[in-house]
Amino acid sequence: MAVAAEPEPGTMAEGARAAAPLAVAVGVFGLTFGVLARDALGATAAVVFSATTFAGSAQFAAVSLLGTGGVAGAIVAALLLNARYLPIGVSVAPSLPRPLWRRLLAAQLCVDESWAIAHRGGGRYDARVLIGAGTVLYLAWLVGTGLGLAGGELIGDPEDLGLDAAFPALFLALVVGQVHDRRGAVAAVLGGLVALALIPFVPAGVPIIAASVVCLIGLRPVRA
Amino acid sequence: MSDAWLVVGIVGAGTIALKSAGPLLLGGRELPLRVMGVLALLAPSLLAALIVTNTLGGDRAIELDARAAGLAAACVALLLRAPLLVVVAVAAAVAAGVRALGLA
Repeated sequence: MAVAAEPEPGTMAEGARAAAPLAVAVGVFGLTFGVLARDALGATAAVVFSATTFAGSAQFAAVSLLGTGGVAGAIVAALLLNARYLPIGVSVAPSLPRPLWRRLLAAQLCVDESWAIAHRGGGRYDARVLIGAGTVLYLAWLVGTGLGLAGGELIGDPEDLGLDAAFPALFLALVVGQVHDRRGAVAAVLGGLVALALIPFVPAGVPIIAASVVCLIGLRPVRA
Repeated sequence: MSDAWLVVGIVGAGTIALKSAGPLLLGGRELPLRVMGVLALLAPSLLAALIVTNTLGGDRAIELDARAAGLAAACVALLLRAPLLVVVAVAAAVAAGVRALGLA
C-alpha cells in the first residue's frame, strides 16, 4: 500500500537516546516505588507488579490503597489510572509492526513517555522509536524497583526529595513538545480544566480519563 | 492468595489487556482521517490532565502545596530552554526546598 508523505522513519537508537534523560527520572521513580512497596507487597510481588503493569501512577495508587485495607479500591483505582492505555493503544495500533506477537510486545512498551516521544505529529507514531524508548524506560523502571527494594532503608521520605513534583514537571515538558498547533493548545487547556474541575468529586484516575473526552474536538474545526 | 498478589495479578493482567486491545482488534489498518484528528489531540489533553492531577490532586480535594512551587519552577526552566533533566531536577529541588523551609 502506498502511503503519501511519510516523515523520515526513526530508529530504536533514536528512541533510546530521547528516553535517556527520562530514564533517570523513571529509575528514581521506580526506586521510590520499591521503597514504598516493600512492606505493602513484599519484594517478589513488587517486582512482578513493575514487570507486568509498568505504570508508576497506577502502581503507587494500588500500594497506597492496599495500605488502608481496600483491595477492591486498589484494583479499581489502578485500572482506572491505566484505562488511558486503551485509547493510547488504539492510537499507536496503525503504526505497530507485524506479525501479531511483535505488535503485542511493542504495545506493552507503550507508556506515557515512550508514546509521547514516538509521536510524529498528526496522530502518527514511529514504532522503532517507541520500542527503543520503551525498552530503556522499562529497564530503568525494573532496575529502579529492584534498587528501591534492596536499599529501602537508606532512602529518606521521597517527598523530602521533592520527587512527587518531578512528575508534573516531566509531563509539562512533554506536553510542550506535543502541542504543534492552536487546536492542540486548546485540547491541553481544556483537558487540564476538566481534570481540575473533577478532582474534588471523583476517585483518582477518573479525571484523567474524563479529560481524554476533550480530544473529540478533533472531529471538527475549532471555532472562536 | 494474599491481597497483595490479588492486586498485582488483576492489575497486571488488566493493564496488559488494555494495552493489547487496540493493536489486537485494529490489526494494521489505517484509521480514517477524522479519527486520526481526534487521536492527535489525545496526547495534549491527557498530558495536561496528568499535570493537573499530579500537581493539585489530593484525596478528593485540590491541594496547593510544594508540588505547585516545583511546577512553577519547571515552567521557568522550560522558558529558559533548559534540557528535560534540568527541568525535572529543578522542580524536585524547589519542591524539596519549599518543604524543608516549612512553607507548604
